[in-house]
Amino acid sequence: MDFGPLWLSARLAFVTSLVLIVLGAPLAWWLSQTRSRWQPVVQAIVAMPIVLPPTVLGFYLLILLGPKGAIGAWWVELSGDALTFSFTGLVIASCVYSLPFAIQPLQNAFESLPRKTIEAAWTLGASRLDAFFSVAVPLSLRGFVSAIVLSFAHTLGEFGVVLMVGGNIPGETRVVSIAIYDHVETLNYAAAHQLSLVLIAFAFVALFGMFLINRRWQSK
Amino acid sequence: MSAITLRHFLRKASFVLDVDTTIPATGITGVFGESGCGKTTLLRCIAGLERSGDDARVPVHKRRVGYVFQQPQLFAHLSVRRNIEYGQRRNPGATQSVEDVAQLLGIEALLDRSTDGLSGGEAQRVSIARVLCQSPQLILMDEPLSALDERRRNDVLPYLDRLHAESRLPIIYVSHNIGEICRLSDHLLILDNGRVVAEGGLQETLMRTDLPQLGGRNSGGVIEATPLDYDGEFDLTRFSFSGGAIRVPGRYDSPTVRLRVTANDVSLSRVAADSSTILNILPAVIEEMRAETDATELVKLALGEDRLLARITRQSSRRLGLQVGDSIFAQIKSVTVRR
Repeated sequence: MDFGPLWLSARLAFVTSLVLIVLGAPLAWWLSQTRSRWQPVVQAIVAMPIVLPPTVLGFYLLILLGPKGAIGAWWVELSGDALTFSFTGLVIASCVYSLPFAIQPLQNAFESLPRKTIEAAWTLGASRLDAFFSVAVPLSLRGFVSAIVLSFAHTLGEFGVVLMVGGNIPGETRVVSIAIYDHVETLNYAAAHQLSLVLIAFAFVALFGMFLINRRWQSK
Repeated sequence: MSAITLRHFLRKASFVLDVDTTIPATGITGVFGESGCGKTTLLRCIAGLERSGDDARVPVHKRRVGYVFQQPQLFAHLSVRRNIEYGQRRNPGATQSVEDVAQLLGIEALLDRSTDGLSGGEAQRVSIARVLCQSPQLILMDEPLSALDERRRNDVLPYLDRLHAESRLPIIYVSHNIGEICRLSDHLLILDNGRVVAEGGLQETLMRTDLPQLGGRNSGGVIEATPLDYDGEFDLTRFSFSGGAIRVPGRYDSPTVRLRVTANDVSLSRVAADSSTILNILPAVIEEMRAETDATELVKLALGEDRLLARITRQSSRRLGLQVGDSIFAQIKSVTVRR
């Protein structure tokens, strides 16, 4: 079996969900707590990757990350390499693409925390940051598990964005969905089956595990 | 520090809180008023959870103000002990031992349990312990008993009595239940529509006949009484107080007990009836009389050093020809007197 793309996809999904948890948790917290009139605007922007065709996302990311794009040019200056058609570029693109899948479970978890519980932490001497880490995060573990599983699984399955931004470089950007597409194009159905079945099995196990954990927590 | 200044102004959609007063720096100050009068908002301002007043810039976590919420708000991911230690760890000066505080509140046996098996009364006691262990300079209690049913309330009240007796920390205790306020507080602040309408020692303030906020069937006075003896045959305790002796159902062991006598349960008589069912007939002097409604009058009575209110009909008052300065007999039904 062709393990290269599988391993690459797994690495991409792992790094992406890690980045999304670290950056997404504060954003989800802000979205859940703020009374700012900008909240719905940010909320809408965060949710857009759900409805936009991946090609649209990929197209603009290609421009933005390209050697002449705003982020791409800066990156070239900083590191000497282009972002497009590189693993790093894929990570950035995947973060955008999977953002709602990390934000929404986290935001739901934060919103279901009683506000008074957080206020209790403040009155007990915890600063905002301290209360976030010592009370809000541990009481929202379910949300974190869902966010990690969903953003990991969603990144694993991405195709359109990768095709636009990453192309098809073995070991660098040739992720599993691209490899399957290639195999089908070259009529190598056996190889396509192998990789597809691995993805199907993984998707089921990951989601089943997540729902199982959520149910355990609920009944507790 | 001998007094605590409360100066808060807050404008909300259809409500203005405007408080500028001082309260004693020891003992319990009861804040009483109808729902919606701004009691909770006042506490939230003091804690810094709402921005108001001169100290609006001091962040909540630096105020050293303990807050006991209506619901215990325990942290479900921490054990009882870790909950209690939460505030202690974050306040460098907090030296109260968890064991001592747990003993004061009768929760020693719960320390190593998780929070989810606790009864409502136990959980509220844990939340009070948590606040005590942060060594606050002021404790705010926002209707801490109102989410509990009658039986659970009695799981907590004796510990609040104990806290009252043993701690010198100033506590602001908010409630719409005048019974709780009478039992626990030394000082009373009455809020109406966002403003302080009366403020002073508990006894004097309760005796004010000009406060409709205190009115209704629950108005009345309190007396500090010392148990003398207990009559096991009839389950009655005889107390002495400055106005004489009074008999009350039940057994009381504490050295002094604060008894509450509501105005509706005091009747007046020119002669000391001896064939009545009323056990407590005490000589009293009328100090003040005020028409309350078209039908009723409030009469303030002096019994020794203590004062009580009687609510009587204006018709009875006229029939007996009651005047300020008259010596009469106050009749108090034993069964209505409560702690």
